[in-house]
Amino acid sequence: MSNQYEFKSRLLPYLLVLPQMVIVVVFFFWPSAQAIWQSFFLQDPFGGRLIFVGIDNYLKLFFDPSSSYVDSFQVSIIFALAVTSLSMCLSLFLAVQVNRKMKLSTFYKTMLIWPYAVATMVAGVLWLFMFNPNVGVIAWLLKHQLGIEWQHLLNTNQALLLITMAASWKQISYNFVFFLAGLQSVPADLVEAAAIDGAGPVRRFWTIVFPLLSPTTFYLLVMNLVYGFFETFPIVHQVTAGGPGKSTSILVYKVWRDGVINLDLGGSSAQSVILMILVIGLTVIQFRFIERRVNY
Amino acid sequence: MKSRFSGMMTLLLILALVSGFVGCAKKADESVVVEPEPTGPITIEFWHSMTGKNAENVQLLADQFNGTQQKYIVTPVFKGSYSDSMNAGIAAFRANQAPHIIQIYEVGTATMMAAKGAVKPVHQLMKEYGQKFDPAIYIPTITSYYSTSKGEMLSLPFNSSTAVMYYNKDAFRKAGLDPEKPPVTWPEFFEVAKKLKASGMEGGFSTNWISWIQLENFSAWHNQPFGTKANGFEGLDTELVFNTPLTLKHFETISQLAKDKVFIYGGRENKANPLFSSGQVGLHFESIGGYANFKNTCKFDFGVARLPYYADAPGGAPQNTIIGGASLWVFEGKTKYEYSGIADFFSFLSKAESQAQWHQNTGYLPITTAAYELTKSQGFYDKNPGPEVAIKQLLNKAPTPNSMGIRFGNFNIIREIEDQTWEDILGNKISVKDGLAKMVSEGNAKLREFEQLNK
Repeated sequence: MSNQYEFKSRLLPYLLVLPQMVIVVVFFFWPSAQAIWQSFFLQDPFGGRLIFVGIDNYLKLFFDPSSSYVDSFQVSIIFALAVTSLSMCLSLFLAVQVNRKMKLSTFYKTMLIWPYAVATMVAGVLWLFMFNPNVGVIAWLLKHQLGIEWQHLLNTNQALLLITMAASWKQISYNFVFFLAGLQSVPADLVEAAAIDGAGPVRRFWTIVFPLLSPTTFYLLVMNLVYGFFETFPIVHQVTAGGPGKSTSILVYKVWRDGVINLDLGGSSAQSVILMILVIGLTVIQFRFIERRVNY
Repeated sequence: MKSRFSGMMTLLLILALVSGFVGCAKKADESVVVEPEPTGPITIEFWHSMTGKNAENVQLLADQFNGTQQKYIVTPVFKGSYSDSMNAGIAAFRANQAPHIIQIYEVGTATMMAAKGAVKPVHQLMKEYGQKFDPAIYIPTITSYYSTSKGEMLSLPFNSSTAVMYYNKDAFRKAGLDPEKPPVTWPEFFEVAKKLKASGMEGGFSTNWISWIQLENFSAWHNQPFGTKANGFEGLDTELVFNTPLTLKHFETISQLAKDKVFIYGGRENKANPLFSSGQVGLHFESIGGYANFKNTCKFDFGVARLPYYADAPGGAPQNTIIGGASLWVFEGKTKYEYSGIADFFSFLSKAESQAQWHQNTGYLPITTAAYELTKSQGFYDKNPGPEVAIKQLLNKAPTPNSMGIRFGNFNIIREIEDQTWEDILGNKISVKDGLAKMVSEGNAKLREFEQLNK
């Protein structure tokens, strides 16, 4: 017996998917096609003139040092990896701590989850206020109590550290919720059996709990990398605006800045085409190769 | 039953699609301009980027204009930041939905000028629609920024400001300096800054807008070219030439003082303001547009003075400073009735009373000499001496080709390159000399791109 439902009219199934297809075409395929088209031109923003330049826009990105595109690539990778590892490690640690029977655990959970409700832009502002070299509370403490000169407006490492902290802080709650849910679905009898066999807490965690968490971990890895690469725009925009110099100008920030502020439509389109290829590539790699090693 | 249902669905979907297409077709029809005699009052859409108190004053001007006549209704619409609004304007123009008037910041001037067929020059509009239009009533340094090299006004200056020096009088007293004698030349200035730091302040001075104040205004004030071809007014083949021994000396001094913590870097644009208002530095450079803000935030007595200069520099400093801010551009493709209304509105905006009110309420500079005289006769400057310093600085001498303004394509990127390189200089990643050379060479590459596109 077949579970498939068969439509009587041949036209109807197509019509039913049509609205979705229209949305996909209008909002995804059409702009993507336009970006690819525009990336081969030098264009006046008002649309008056269009000069075909071949792959000049792409060549400029990679071979003209003043475009700093390669630097932008590097800093994006460093930043995304730093955000992913920092926020995942911390949230796993916190989730393991909260997952024990203890007083006030509901309170801790609530406190750990609430940053997720903060808009990314606002998270950026909060961190900026604390670390503002001129009026920030923590910058003041660092300087006057610990003797550390905090000047992320000129110090590249500090700038990178600041946006990493801000972006990770925002993401910890999200990871925490998933890790906690994952931990709660680990069967208690397995852990108990291991305990009876004489395995200590550390060993129980790494040999039983952590492998059982791997689907969650894998999912979060994907989500965090995507977040680090593509969704941290508001934090960079708010906290460093790509500075000092161009040192924290990550790919998504640069594509916006060049296109929207500087009105370089051709160069910005070329960048978005590269981003598109990058996203497609990342997705393929993650689901083809990494997912195979995960125990579900 | 089922087939009837699917039939109905099909019908509905087809209907929805067809009506959608008809809707589109209808819209396209409407863009064909036939000019019927309008029946009711004509709406004139005015896109701007003013916020807070300034936005209220834009509305006030529109209300006043709407109250004086029945034919037109000017509706100000806030469209976000300058760059947001400019983007919205460009998108709207490309979709045949452009507003009548749009406020564009000074860095967008060359882009708007180059957009032939998109904008209607103001001098032409005023002539065609029979307005009494005398360019001589305007303050030359302000209108020259938005005029051709022949003096034809392309856009109407709206909110204009210029860079001035702010100084903390209380800090001057504490350091044993005369609060009524702010430094006049740069060497004096640096000495005062060191004394302020020595008196216990966090630092001596800071500045906003490194590109606009310390490069563009610095060049104009010293009557030195910032770019060739009269700073771009006389041709797209202009090139940046500001890496002179004078600029090098200036930047080297500042970067040295940064190492001694006499100069404190506060960030791009106007982000350095808290350094001054919180009393960490005693001297600061900012637009006169920030005057009202400092009046609210500074808990000390402060004064406004002219920009310092190098007395031994060639060119005969002090010349005059240049403006920043935004102007009003008119889009092409509107009906003659609409243009007539825009021309009326622009005449209203240029009236001494409107300008004086705008100037006094917002702190932006008046665009006509009559408005300046009116404000003076009303005694405004007795309580607010700051803005008059700015006007006098603009009027100091008749503008030369070096001090009319800056007319560069890709200007925003050029400023960005300057800001970024300045941070690299302060962060010791590049020497001052190489940094200035980098600003010029990368900026020139952007000028060539613009030339290629617009010749």
